[in-house]
Amino acid sequence: MSIWEYANPKRFMQTSGILLPWVTGAALVCLVAGLTWGFFFTPDADKFGSTVKIIYLHVPAAMMAISAWMMMLVTSLIWLVRRHHVSALSAKAAAPIGLTFTLIGLVTGAIWGQPMWGTWWAWDPRLTSFLILSLFYLGYIALWQAVEDPDTAADLTSVLCIVGSVFAFLSRYAVLFWNQGLHQGASLSMDAQENVSDVYWFPLLICIAGFVLLFVTLVLLRTRTEIRARRLSALLARERLA
Amino acid sequence: MIALLIRDLRLAIRAGGGFGLGLAFFLLVAVIVPLGVGPEQAVLAKIAPGILWVGALLACLLSLDRIFALDFEDGSLDLLATSPMPLEGVVAVKSLAHWLVTGLPLVLAAPVLGVLLNLPVAGYGWLLVSLALGTPALSVIGSFGAALTVGLKRGGLLMSLLVLPLYIPTLIFGAEVVKRGAQGLAVGTPLALLAGITAGAVALLPFASAAAIRVNLR
Repeated sequence: MSIWEYANPKRFMQTSGILLPWVTGAALVCLVAGLTWGFFFTPDADKFGSTVKIIYLHVPAAMMAISAWMMMLVTSLIWLVRRHHVSALSAKAAAPIGLTFTLIGLVTGAIWGQPMWGTWWAWDPRLTSFLILSLFYLGYIALWQAVEDPDTAADLTSVLCIVGSVFAFLSRYAVLFWNQGLHQGASLSMDAQENVSDVYWFPLLICIAGFVLLFVTLVLLRTRTEIRARRLSALLARERLA
Repeated sequence: MIALLIRDLRLAIRAGGGFGLGLAFFLLVAVIVPLGVGPEQAVLAKIAPGILWVGALLACLLSLDRIFALDFEDGSLDLLATSPMPLEGVVAVKSLAHWLVTGLPLVLAAPVLGVLLNLPVAGYGWLLVSLALGTPALSVIGSFGAALTVGLKRGGLLMSLLVLPLYIPTLIFGAEVVKRGAQGLAVGTPLALLAGITAGAVALLPFASAAAIRVNLR
């Protein structure tokens, strides 16, 4: 029993089919609980007023935007090394979700930044690197759509994902060098002294869990769709030959 | 390898089209920007480093699709792929040829355009140095983008979408060198980082490009 068994599309479909309703339910519970707790049962912060509550969307979305790219990097490597189709398809499935999370992070940040910093957008390192990340997502998705043969597309996008990861990482540090920012530093790390206080921390934790589960749900769902689409095109091709 | 380099250079110069177009584009950018932002010398001096770097980058981008597309269409890329020379070497030579034809003229022309944009005197040397160090990276990264999209019918626009984000670190450090140089500040750090990016890209990216070409030739 190893994880590679799920590289078999049939096994993957079976297991993910059983898993999917549970993950969906868990995601829903976490999101509803976390967001309700965060929005309605936490006090307004000192300097932020009620705008602090957008943190429950902003931070988890931003975290997942980066994690989604990491997941694509891992699955791309698996595809290049072991040629498991499910792996490539899950990377393809994750990209639009990652892009959406990136955009949620940017938009909620702009909405938060307007009252707090007095501007919708600033060329701050974090903001800029997120914008760049969204460009990488766009390029990746566009390449998937442009190449017709699925195996070629999977290979090319995997190579792009690996090279893109290196350059996205470089860009992150380049913009840090290029401009000093308005954005506050990390406030959730385990060892930092200046974390957000517990009142906000617990609902935020639940929201992050909810976003992770939401991501898993969507990736499973979209990967299943991709597998079905692949089966359908195989059937159609067979029919044309017959 | 040298034969391939000479062949590519000859093709670029004699076949027309690519050679010189990038340079003309670079010139046009430097002419059009003052028309757009107004002729105040102080403003131009401030934005000159950035404009020159962005212009060089776009001029580079313009000629990328010629690196592999023509050879792919007439089948000589298949021959090169089956030749005893490793494909990584082919990619490296082709990037070098692209740099000699596009990047090097840009480097040499940049100071002249610096005059048009009222670049402060202290900036000229650093403009030359940063472009000379940075444009090889642009060529190598660009040939990776060209390798990814070589099999596509209309790859040009997609290639810009893929390549421009990859250009960002080079652009940031390159423009930073000129900006600091023009203000008389120390340029060591961005210059070292720019050189690092170029060295890393030249050393590693041909492998990725060769992998992409192998996939596209399959």
